[in-house]
Amino acid sequence: MANEVVDLGRRRFLTTTTAVVGGVGVVAAAVPFIKSWEPSARAKAAGAPVTQSLKKIEPGQQLIVAWRSLPVFIVNRTPPQLAALPKQDPRLVDPGSTGSSVDQQPKYAQNATRSIKPEWLVMIGICTHLGCVPDYVGEMKAEPFDPNWQGGYYCPCHHSRYDMAGRVYQGVPAPKNMEIPPYHFVDDTTVQIGVDPQGAA
Amino acid sequence: MANVFSTIGEWVNERAPGLMPVYRKHMTEYYAPKNFNLWYYFGSLALLVLANQIITGIFLTMNYDPSASGAFDSVQYIMRDVEWGWLIRYMHSTGASLFFVVIYLHMFRGILYGSYKKPRELVWLLGMLIFLVLMAEAFMGYVLPWGNMSFWGAKVIVSLFGTIPVIGKDLVEWIMGDFLPADATLNRFFALHVIALPLVLILLVVLHLAALHEVGSNNPDGVDIKHGAKGNRWDATKPADGIPFHPYYTVKDLVGVGLFLAIGAFIIFFQPTFGGWFLEHDNSIPANNLVTPAQIKPVWYFTAFYAIVRMIPSAFGTAVWGVLGMFGAIVLLFLLPWIDAGKVKSIRYRGTGFKVALTLFVLAFFGLVLIGTDSTAELIPMLFGSSVDVTSVENLFGRVMVLIYFGFFVFLWLYTHLGWEKTKPVPERVTTHD
Repeated sequence: MANEVVDLGRRRFLTTTTAVVGGVGVVAAAVPFIKSWEPSARAKAAGAPVTQSLKKIEPGQQLIVAWRSLPVFIVNRTPPQLAALPKQDPRLVDPGSTGSSVDQQPKYAQNATRSIKPEWLVMIGICTHLGCVPDYVGEMKAEPFDPNWQGGYYCPCHHSRYDMAGRVYQGVPAPKNMEIPPYHFVDDTTVQIGVDPQGAA
Repeated sequence: MANVFSTIGEWVNERAPGLMPVYRKHMTEYYAPKNFNLWYYFGSLALLVLANQIITGIFLTMNYDPSASGAFDSVQYIMRDVEWGWLIRYMHSTGASLFFVVIYLHMFRGILYGSYKKPRELVWLLGMLIFLVLMAEAFMGYVLPWGNMSFWGAKVIVSLFGTIPVIGKDLVEWIMGDFLPADATLNRFFALHVIALPLVLILLVVLHLAALHEVGSNNPDGVDIKHGAKGNRWDATKPADGIPFHPYYTVKDLVGVGLFLAIGAFIIFFQPTFGGWFLEHDNSIPANNLVTPAQIKPVWYFTAFYAIVRMIPSAFGTAVWGVLGMFGAIVLLFLLPWIDAGKVKSIRYRGTGFKVALTLFVLAFFGLVLIGTDSTAELIPMLFGSSVDVTSVENLFGRVMVLIYFGFFVFLWLYTHLGWEKTKPVPERVTTHD
């Protein structure tokens, strides 16, 4: 035995195949551990549509309801707030929601007011930068962060700003307009969030 | 009694003959330069805080409940009902802030005296890895009390990964284990904070020290004592300018430990939240997934890097640039040994350009801290009147600070690689009077 010549080729082959098989085994064994970090079946199952009456929301007021644990802003926009919207276009990143924000609303809300009915804004109140809930700053007066403020949203985290249709201003960290959820009007004063209108794509 | 000790000593030595040489190599026969100054206290203080965090942390886990419904209440329970719980918790939370004070000063010392330069690149890299793991460790610990700041901190920091194109959204869900921070997130952060990251941290600290003791400590003169004159009163073959780490520096470090503990005790007993800088007011409110705190910001030690995210606007429909800037700010520190090709280690003998650049770099860092803590939102109207456009002024100021921060590395690279630096002559041996 001691005098036998070492077969280097054979040794290299065995070392390589062992390493490859072992490597595959390690990767396969890692899969369950990595998968265990994905949202569980229970987490995925949570979240049904939410129905909300609009009767008590005064003009200029915002109501926040939870849908899938996300804050949904419902705003009764006033005529001056609506009139200010087109004037903001030059200062916005994507005023028509056709560019980077094209996926941020259902087709039926891809319009000048980003809504089904102009006065009712229904929007997921999550800043598109890093996921905070922006503050509603509805009054049209000079604010510390903008002397020509025409009403909208101001994110306290990184100072992103949006107009009264959730469209993002230029020069702020957030890249896109805020998201509009699927929703429809059950009747004149009731909205249901999480379900598209009848016949909508 | 002496016989008992020597008998035990012999008994151990026969069974583990390797222990005594290790002790000698790292303590009584580790010859450290004799000219260490105040800046050299922070390494041992970092070890002290690490020990404090581990011990207080172990005791906190005994009463903490890592569930979204119970976490906040269990922290209040520790603060109010557990005997001395408030002290242990404040020692842990204040310890976290002091950890970063000490680590930042320790890192700054490295830059001052060129401790990252050849042959200590590996010591620096291991140290930077410690800093990175410490940031992750601190962030996850910050989330555990499940206050409103914790919740939103978790959401925002995890969302940083969401800016990565294509995989971002799935990656965020994978990290959180849900569609927003929830039980799954809290539980895994608890596991990582309590066992996984501390193990990594301790391993890295051991490697950091092992690598350091292999090449020997740098000193305020940046002169290598290992290759200098030989022979001292303990050993004719060891560096002439070295003194044994134990007992000389162990005893000297005790002075630093005493002063540090006095300051730490003062903060823990009289200013445990440090006016909201060490523990934030909004974290006394339970987590609420529908309401973001009025001023959301990380703890002070992250604000400089965090301000960089805010100062870099989004472009081409993605916010990834600010995140890249923030990570880049840390990556550049990793690369410092290769960015700086200066021939002289210590600031004492370096050119004026380096001194000016380093001063500006420190000022930019503090400027970014001010922006990140939202202090500028109060300062700007005070300086320029209430009608001023705060955002514009803040963005201008902040972007200049970001440029200076990154400019430091660009300048240092050009300055040393193109040979613009005019250095002073370095002494043969360390300058000390004995």
